Amino acid sequence: MSAFVALLARDVRLATRAGGSAMLALAFFAAVATLVPFGVGSEPELLARVAASIVWIAAVLASLLALDRLFQADYEDGSLDLLALSPLSFEGIAAAKIAAHWLTTGLPLTLLSPLLALLLNLPTKAYITLLVSLLVGTPAISAIGGVAAALTLSIRRGGLLLPLLVLPLLTPAVIFGAGAVLARLDRIENGAIWFLAAFSAVAVLLSPFVTAAALRFNLAE
Amino acid sequence: MLAYANPKRFMELSGRVLPWLAGATAFLFAVGLYLSFAAPPDYQQGDTVRIMFVHVPAAWVAMMAYGFLALASLISLVNRHPLADVAAKQAAPLGAMFTALALVTGSLWGRPMWGAYWVWDGRLTSFLLLLFLYLGYIALRNAVESETRAAKAAAILALIGVVNLPIIEFSVQWWTTLHQGESIFRAGGPAIAAVFLWPLFAMAAAYTMLFFTLVIVRIRTDILERRARALTMGHAA
Repeated sequence: MSAFVALLARDVRLATRAGGSAMLALAFFAAVATLVPFGVGSEPELLARVAASIVWIAAVLASLLALDRLFQADYEDGSLDLLALSPLSFEGIAAAKIAAHWLTTGLPLTLLSPLLALLLNLPTKAYITLLVSLLVGTPAISAIGGVAAALTLSIRRGGLLLPLLVLPLLTPAVIFGAGAVLARLDRIENGAIWFLAAFSAVAVLLSPFVTAAALRFNLAE
Repeated sequence: MLAYANPKRFMELSGRVLPWLAGATAFLFAVGLYLSFAAPPDYQQGDTVRIMFVHVPAAWVAMMAYGFLALASLISLVNRHPLADVAAKQAAPLGAMFTALALVTGSLWGRPMWGAYWVWDGRLTSFLLLLFLYLGYIALRNAVESETRAAKAAAILALIGVVNLPIIEFSVQWWTTLHQGESIFRAGGPAIAAVFLWPLFAMAAAYTMLFFTLVIVRIRTDILERRARALTMGHAA
């Protein structure tokens, strides 16, 4: 247990330092969300409709930023080999790193989202729904991203391939996450948040095992 | 199946089987195309109903190809069957082509039928996702330098994406959609007239034979390429 916590703490500390990914992801998130009204036009009605999707897509893209360095950085300087020799299993390593990624990327994004929703003219009644949908959905982004990061571990420029692998797998999260907010706006109850929760639960529970399998054969040679 | 693990045995067996497969493909296409043109125009859709004979078999084979890919990936990971990852690698581009074909022909059919080239309903969206899964598989397989690592990574990716197949299959039941619902494999028998079913099944059989012919040709080519490379390396040494 302490090995898990130690790895988690190390990764969180690395990410929150200057040059780490936490602030970068937040800045990217804000930049993307602010860019869209310039393209779409600032008509309030239109923005209110697309606000949820913009925030969600920006959240997915911002989370992708830190993903290709998730295992790559440790792989390159040999730390991953040392971690493999530690008492922590590969599943534990994967779970710790994915959790650290969520704590330093997904969670701050979620907390910043009401501010962006304000900029994008989302009606106030949907703020809680947006918060909850991001809170429930961002672990899935980190989990599936972690799997893809482990699969693309030894590729040079693997960071370019990562979005191609991750985005199709994250489509249900975006559909149900933004869909939950739209349902709240339209006063419909379509259970989207529950589908999102189920998707997240499955992703979070299975990803350490799949990630560990990918890490094992990448380190084996 | 372990008997075919030896590439030499596979080459012998496939070499004998291949002419028959190719012949069957040609024959089935001849029959299927004849029946497709001989079928009468539909009372509602007119002659555009014939797009069904090109679109539906392509979609069926695209999904079957992904099943083939996933099965080969599973065997490659679990049994370490040496030809399984070759089969997976060679099936992926074929599956991607059939998916693209289904999407394009479906789009062309949608314009006269629904008035739209594309709608974001469950069936079309999940089928587009299938194309992205294929492309991601091909990209990952080609990006990793070590062939064995590439095979394993791509195998895991293929197995993750298998969850899309039932989604495609049941999307017309789960969500309201413009796309045709279950019309053939349903309780109560097919809802399509026999005069359209025969061309459809003939073309489906032809497409399936085409897929297997092509995938066997590609596996044989891969084995021959490896031999050529080994010979070149041996010669250089």
